[in-house]
Amino acid sequence: MMTMSKHTLTMTVNGQKVTREISSRLLLAHFLREDLALTGTHIGCDTSSCGACTVILNGKAVKSCTMFAVQAAGGTVETIEGLANGALHPLQEGFWEKHGLQCGYCTPGMIMSAKHLLDKNPAPTEDQIRWAISGNLCRCTGYVKIVEAIQYAAGKLQAQALASQAQAQDQAKKEAA
Amino acid sequence: MIPGEFEYHAASTLDEALGLLATHAEAKILAGGQSLIPAMRFRLAQPPILIDINTVPNLEYVREENGHLAIGALTRETMLEESTLVQSKYHLLADGARTVADPIVRNRATVGGNLAHADPANDHPAVMLAYGATVIARSAKGERQIPIDGFFVDIFTTALRHDEMLTEIRIPTPGAGCGGAYLKLERKVGDYAISAVAVQLALDGRTCKDIRIGLTNVSPVPMRAKGAEAALRGQAITPEALEAAGQAAAAECEPNADLRGSVEYKRDLTRVLVKRAVKRAAERANAA
Repeated sequence: MMTMSKHTLTMTVNGQKVTREISSRLLLAHFLREDLALTGTHIGCDTSSCGACTVILNGKAVKSCTMFAVQAAGGTVETIEGLANGALHPLQEGFWEKHGLQCGYCTPGMIMSAKHLLDKNPAPTEDQIRWAISGNLCRCTGYVKIVEAIQYAAGKLQAQALASQAQAQDQAKKEAA
Repeated sequence: MIPGEFEYHAASTLDEALGLLATHAEAKILAGGQSLIPAMRFRLAQPPILIDINTVPNLEYVREENGHLAIGALTRETMLEESTLVQSKYHLLADGARTVADPIVRNRATVGGNLAHADPANDHPAVMLAYGATVIARSAKGERQIPIDGFFVDIFTTALRHDEMLTEIRIPTPGAGCGGAYLKLERKVGDYAISAVAVQLALDGRTCKDIRIGLTNVSPVPMRAKGAEAALRGQAITPEALEAAGQAAAAECEPNADLRGSVEYKRDLTRVLVKRAVKRAAERANAA
């Protein structure tokens, strides 16, 4: 096993495999923003407090400023840029509809934390939402509209899930007939 | 800010990690990194070599065996929050895990790292002191059991030797009539404690048969409030006994004045938190 301060790093970001030569000390947040030009992930503090840098790594929300890029080797990263799929993701739509942002600086991190929550718990209570985003600081909104945006998204995702379930059942009936 | 340069090794096995520790005296273990990386970003820590143990299998577990709860060093705080075993039977630990930093940090932060980093502001030291836990330390030469009372030696310093790694923590399984609680006051979610108190006690009817109290962030080294314990051990838990214990803890802790409060404020907060934590632990003991 080699001892190195430079590495060839491969990971999957928003569904795309990427490979770059990097230094050990490169933070994941800087790798995303500077090596991959994915500047949706923001850096809002130097103290791992604000959560503006939140991304989803291997299915878990993490502060990308508090990890080295090399630690994500072979892993799967989702950033804000990967959410829209032709149309806005329900979370993005919710933040639009419910005015869940003002300056927008905390928003990508807020949305990625919310996505992690809804991936684990599709029908969260308001308390559960507030607990889940307690690692993301917002200086503009007072959080009320952020919570409403996440509730909107939860509702829309549930409706979508029910609709595709119904569609799948109809299809099964047709094939059985 | 940007950390200094270092060599990075991702260990594939525990033996590999221990071998690297044995060979490189200045190497540091990288677990959750939620304390170490912020320190490196401020260049308060500049380890020339990091050994990443996130790639070592079989270090994340929470299970009861042989009369104790065994927690693997790499167990994430979130895992403790989501463990029905911990939530139902180890209330002090459940309370403590929930208050570490914030939910995102808790996805990476580990119990082992929280203890080995030995920051007096970390939460698990007081929790483990109250539980009377045992640390399992492994090196290339073998295994050692370190009782928690001898584990925290100085500020940011544990009894671990340079070539040793914390691999497991063992909490004695509480019996009937036992209860615990962790109460922390922080300015906001994610901050360190202004003060925090960990209590684990055993009741015999209304009498406190035994009690251990750990304090967070009111001394340079994680400490037990032994004066407070003495005020309650063998006593009925009355308002007078609680006040005596609170006052003892306030007197024996050694807080620093800082942005979180003055010395007087932190002492008095400790007094109040000791009383409330003992009360809650006793309520849980009665319910158990």
